[in-house]
Amino acid sequence: MKLLTGNDLKSGAVIWWTGADWSIHIEDAVDVDEQGEAILAVEEAARRVNAPYIIAGEMTPDGPRPAHIKDRIRALGPTVRPDLTLKPADPTAGDWVI
Amino acid sequence: MYQYDEYDQAMVEARVAEFSDQVRRRLAGEITEDQFKPLRLMNGLYLQLHAYMLRVAVPYGTLDSRQMRMLAHIARKYDRDYGHFTTRQNIQYNWIKLEDAPAILADLASVEMHAIQTSGNCIRNISSDQWAGAAADEITDPRPWAELLRQWSSFHPEFSYLPRKFKIAVIAADEDRAAMRLHDIGIQIVEKDGQHGAAFYVGGGMGRTPMIAPLIKDFVPLEDLLSYTEACLRVYNRYGRRDNIYKARIKILIHELGADEYRRQVEEEFVHVKSLGIDPPKAEFDRIAAQFAMPPLDASAPDAIDRSDPDFALWVDRQVAAHKMPGHAIVNISLKPVGGIPGDASSAQIDLMADLAERYSHDELRVTHAQNIVLPHVRKADLYAIWQKLDEAGLATPNLDLISDIIACPGLDYCSLANARSIPVAQKIATRFADLDRQKELGELKLKISGCINACGHHHAGHIGILGVDRKGTENYQLLLGGSGAEDVSLGTITGPGFDEDGIVDAIERVTDKYLAERAEGERFLDTYRRVGMAPFKEAIYG
Amino acid sequence: MVEHLHSDGEEPCVTLDAFLEQSNATAVRLEPDEDARALIPYLDRLKLIEVAFPAFRDGRGYSSARILREAGFTGELRAQGDVLVDQIAYMKRCGFDSFAPEKALNPADVEAALTRWPQHYQTAADGAVPIWKLRHG
Repeated sequence: MKLLTGNDLKSGAVIWWTGADWSIHIEDAVDVDEQGEAILAVEEAARRVNAPYIIAGEMTPDGPRPAHIKDRIRALGPTVRPDLTLKPADPTAGDWVI
Repeated sequence: MYQYDEYDQAMVEARVAEFSDQVRRRLAGEITEDQFKPLRLMNGLYLQLHAYMLRVAVPYGTLDSRQMRMLAHIARKYDRDYGHFTTRQNIQYNWIKLEDAPAILADLASVEMHAIQTSGNCIRNISSDQWAGAAADEITDPRPWAELLRQWSSFHPEFSYLPRKFKIAVIAADEDRAAMRLHDIGIQIVEKDGQHGAAFYVGGGMGRTPMIAPLIKDFVPLEDLLSYTEACLRVYNRYGRRDNIYKARIKILIHELGADEYRRQVEEEFVHVKSLGIDPPKAEFDRIAAQFAMPPLDASAPDAIDRSDPDFALWVDRQVAAHKMPGHAIVNISLKPVGGIPGDASSAQIDLMADLAERYSHDELRVTHAQNIVLPHVRKADLYAIWQKLDEAGLATPNLDLISDIIACPGLDYCSLANARSIPVAQKIATRFADLDRQKELGELKLKISGCINACGHHHAGHIGILGVDRKGTENYQLLLGGSGAEDVSLGTITGPGFDEDGIVDAIERVTDKYLAERAEGERFLDTYRRVGMAPFKEAIYG
Repeated sequence: MVEHLHSDGEEPCVTLDAFLEQSNATAVRLEPDEDARALIPYLDRLKLIEVAFPAFRDGRGYSSARILREAGFTGELRAQGDVLVDQIAYMKRCGFDSFAPEKALNPADVEAALTRWPQHYQTAADGAVPIWKLRHG
């Protein structure tokens, strides 16, 4: 699957395309298939996203998972500061990255 | 230390106004990200892995307690309660919102600080010796020259769109504590016939093509310092490569031209530039230098230290350095607790260090290129009280220049350029070698980790260096031996095939075991490596 | 700000090569990789030198401008191309006195950019008195 990601222009937060909007949670991300470039152009022009790009991913039982470790760390947060990730209460959240 | 006058203050305030307007135009869609990017970078604002990152300048690593407290305030108010001190004596915040950036810059300006030119293809923060003004071995305080260069380079109209970034370091001691020869320009203030002058080393750097700067001029009269620097930059701006970002640093130009031809062009340019009257008069230097005068230290302060507490004695032996003034010392505060994140400090720790500086160090602190903090002017009689407070705050790790005093870039945990994580590797190595007796047995051992080829973690200059690479989507770590960023500067050599995260820790242990087996009396790891060469270590690592 | 923007209906610029090959032209265009010093012998008969900025990130034109002003050029020095409002204050300091941006600039933004800085730290080609000189009279 292909995922569309970028950063929120104002806050800089990592965001994922949900099909209709943007979410900070990768669980909400959808497969943009071949539509990625078109959505990206519209959303960037509207300044709803900054520095957007399309990545490869796969659907897992836990939801979409980026193919590359860099985007998995983007999706979770810094592995060395679990308290600052999106899943601070889950001590095993870092395993998802590796 | 240097205090802004009305002119300096007006300049930082104009910058805040300018950047506020640029942010407004970006948010309103009047400029594209492509146009905005170099503007935000020239104010230290990156778009990183998780958010915007703001890099705040600490010019030549010097700051006072009021400024240090502002750094803590920014961490608390706009970020997530911590900051990261960097190898160029700056501090970075990892979770900044673009819409907050103008307010942060305004807060910084209120304490004579800024983020000017902490990124972008311009002249970056001028770095220096963290012990400047206090070190027993310096011939003069290099910081007045660094401040003169700071002002000259700020908003330089000709050199704000250089082929690539440009880093300058200034030192004034033979012991190089600032990795001077790994800068685009390294300046050492030297003495000849009773006169001070500047030795110019140009074209050093790390990155994917590391180079040690050759000596371009052994003695530039100090009244020509800015003219000579301007000539060096003009030749670079005109002829540095712009066709390939990886070949755009000045080191490549000098490598391609040869040091002699570059020197010839600079000398020719200098004759012209000197006629333009760009060098300030001595009165301006004197005005700046007066502000770096040694604080009023009591020369009759007692020299003895009560070493009856063994933990304190351990810390004194490792973290305290010689001061010019009897009865005084330089305190090095380690930001490398075992298992911690190298260079990170919480708001509370930053505030505590500010309090200690105010009370015990004539209101001065320094940031070091090894990502530690220094209290430069401390009475020996106060060391015990300082140690107790540091210890309570987790800041009393006695590991300066030992294997766990690791330089590490933020790596893939934070950085969008990184290929591999650096911090977890640093944590695992520090944990493996946590036993302090073992560390002391190994002696001075500078270990430096970069998460990509850009070498922000100075891996080329580590006695032991680690470079994180991406091998088919997984993190892999190459090992280098034999580098140094000090006066015995050298570049490390890759040992061979890389390792995974646990493998690299094992490999380092095999290297240190081999060192202990091979070393001659009094040899540091680096000395042994230089004497016996790579082969025995390679054999030990790969068998 | 009209005086900073160039007017049409003037003599077209020739290339540096054409100029050096015995041209009587009084207007010449300098590309980023061309040596401004080649024009120094002819400055007194040139009315206009147009310095090209094909991409705003390419800063060679700033040095070209200063070299020409430092050599005594008093004619029109024009920045042409990818000239953006956030660069023109630096350009002016380097000696440019007219701007021909490919994309029109907002006059209010231009005005703000050119009046932003109360003083300057360095000596450059605009005749501004540097801060160090103001400090010492």
